Amino acid sequence: MAENTLILPKDSNDALALNVPMVEDKQYSTLNLGPVHPATHGIFQNILTMDGEKIVDSEQTVGYIHRAFEKIAERRPFYQITTLTDRLNYCSSPINNFGWHMTVEKLLGVKVPKRAEYIRVIMMELARISDHLICNSILGVDTGAYSGFLYVMQEREKIYEIYEEVCGARLTTNMGRIGGMERDLSPTAIAKIRDLVFNSFPKVWAEFETLFNRNRIFRDRIQNVGAISSERAIAYGFTGPNLRATGVDYDVRVIEPYSSYEDFDFEIPIGHKGDTFDRFMVRNGEVWESLKIIQQAIENLPEGPYYADEDHYYLPPKKEVYSSMEALIYHFKIVMGEIDAPVGEVYHAVEGGNGELGFYLISDGGRTPYRLHFRRPSFIYYQAYPEMCKGLTISDAVVIMSSLNVIAGELDA
Amino acid sequence: MINNESIVEEVVGQFGQKVFGFEEPFGLLTFTTNASDLTEVVDFLKNHPEFKFNFLTDIAGIHFPDNAGGELCSMCMIHSWENNIRVRIKVFVPIADPKVPTLSTLFASANWMERETFDFYGIEYTGHPNLKRILNMEDMDYFPMRKEFPLEDATREDKIDALFGR
Repeated sequence: MAENTLILPKDSNDALALNVPMVEDKQYSTLNLGPVHPATHGIFQNILTMDGEKIVDSEQTVGYIHRAFEKIAERRPFYQITTLTDRLNYCSSPINNFGWHMTVEKLLGVKVPKRAEYIRVIMMELARISDHLICNSILGVDTGAYSGFLYVMQEREKIYEIYEEVCGARLTTNMGRIGGMERDLSPTAIAKIRDLVFNSFPKVWAEFETLFNRNRIFRDRIQNVGAISSERAIAYGFTGPNLRATGVDYDVRVIEPYSSYEDFDFEIPIGHKGDTFDRFMVRNGEVWESLKIIQQAIENLPEGPYYADEDHYYLPPKKEVYSSMEALIYHFKIVMGEIDAPVGEVYHAVEGGNGELGFYLISDGGRTPYRLHFRRPSFIYYQAYPEMCKGLTISDAVVIMSSLNVIAGELDA
Repeated sequence: MINNESIVEEVVGQFGQKVFGFEEPFGLLTFTTNASDLTEVVDFLKNHPEFKFNFLTDIAGIHFPDNAGGELCSMCMIHSWENNIRVRIKVFVPIADPKVPTLSTLFASANWMERETFDFYGIEYTGHPNLKRILNMEDMDYFPMRKEFPLEDATREDKIDALFGR
């Protein structure tokens, strides 16, 4: 165990600390982990310099699926940018969608009704569950335990069925509208959510935890592997479960509550060592907390409208479009993207599946953003990867990458 | 109690004329400084005994083609977790010589954020350990997020801004 512990650089603030010169008369071998490799779960490359079995250094190449979303967004009306955010972290698209909607609502000064906020919370927490569920069960697959993945996959299917019921899509959801939800929760959707959070999911997740948490083989593979101290994690811009695994309880849902998160009673699970096992356990704990939030939200779902009275951005009901002049005009103007946004500079952050997902928007009064920047958590913390797997073996590098939950879509934007 | 006013007071007291352009869009304190003073200002806020701006949230470039002498802007946003206050600091540099000092000496996370900004806007971060393109391919010879590169096909004449927005 002792030789697996990560030795931290002496000066914790030295960004150059990684470039330790290698010994010249020694022979190193180079190994490409990626761009296409079953363990990377996405297209990105790591060029590892190996001394026998030990990783001495690694260089990352990212950008293989860069799609220039920030540039494309400068030419699109606000409502069309939602579909771009889907494709950032595609394991938890609703969080991205609502994060973007809330950014625009902040710019417009729209107050979203309570019911819409609660529905959003339900969908965002479902997305968080499906995100963590994939990350943790894939960690099992990467260590050779396939069955846990198959058990929980069935539950993810149920979550996707709920997405389908709410917005019609499964993966790239484009859920909600600026100003609220595009439709109310149907009785079928409510029944499905209730069945999931009160009945089927807790059983399966408890079973999953029984399979893994005290499994000797699994724990030998992930304990004390890829540990990072909280100081280094903060310096590297870690947020989300990966940061909380190091023992820092930073969570955007608590520090800057949005969408009525202050109404719910939940805890922030934290680890203390910041190793792969802690990241796994923090995600497990967060799934239980998300379940608690959904249970509270669905029990206390307020009555009332599910969208704000925002004529310029929220599409009028189709029936009114056919019968009233105003509705027809607004419908046309919204669809053609002819609405001028107010001037402003906004930053809004939400707690995404991987951490603080921020939207930095500058509007100059035009129909499209003047500048839109996505603060993508995986892009920022993935740069710590060489430091985390230094001195370890390939099999460790694989589980570290898996537990960091680097999503290629979010990494490359 | 630490709020935007007390930060402004301290920063102006420390740096005087070197910090300017204070505003608070949506409650988020924003100000501008000179490229030569950026590291000093961020270092001051980071190591201030009360403010403790311990976290670099984001770095983004912005292009203002009409702002002569300061066409490119490098924006950095820092966050004090203890006080839960964010501050946005901007630096404007001329497009002919876009040099901004690196923040990677203060925050390791600035490394890739600055590489991304360099990649898309061509802002050169002096002192950066590894300033090369990150998301685009390395032999690209222009900076694609600058406003002179329109997204639409430049040869099309039917899609005019008056009808189709910007």
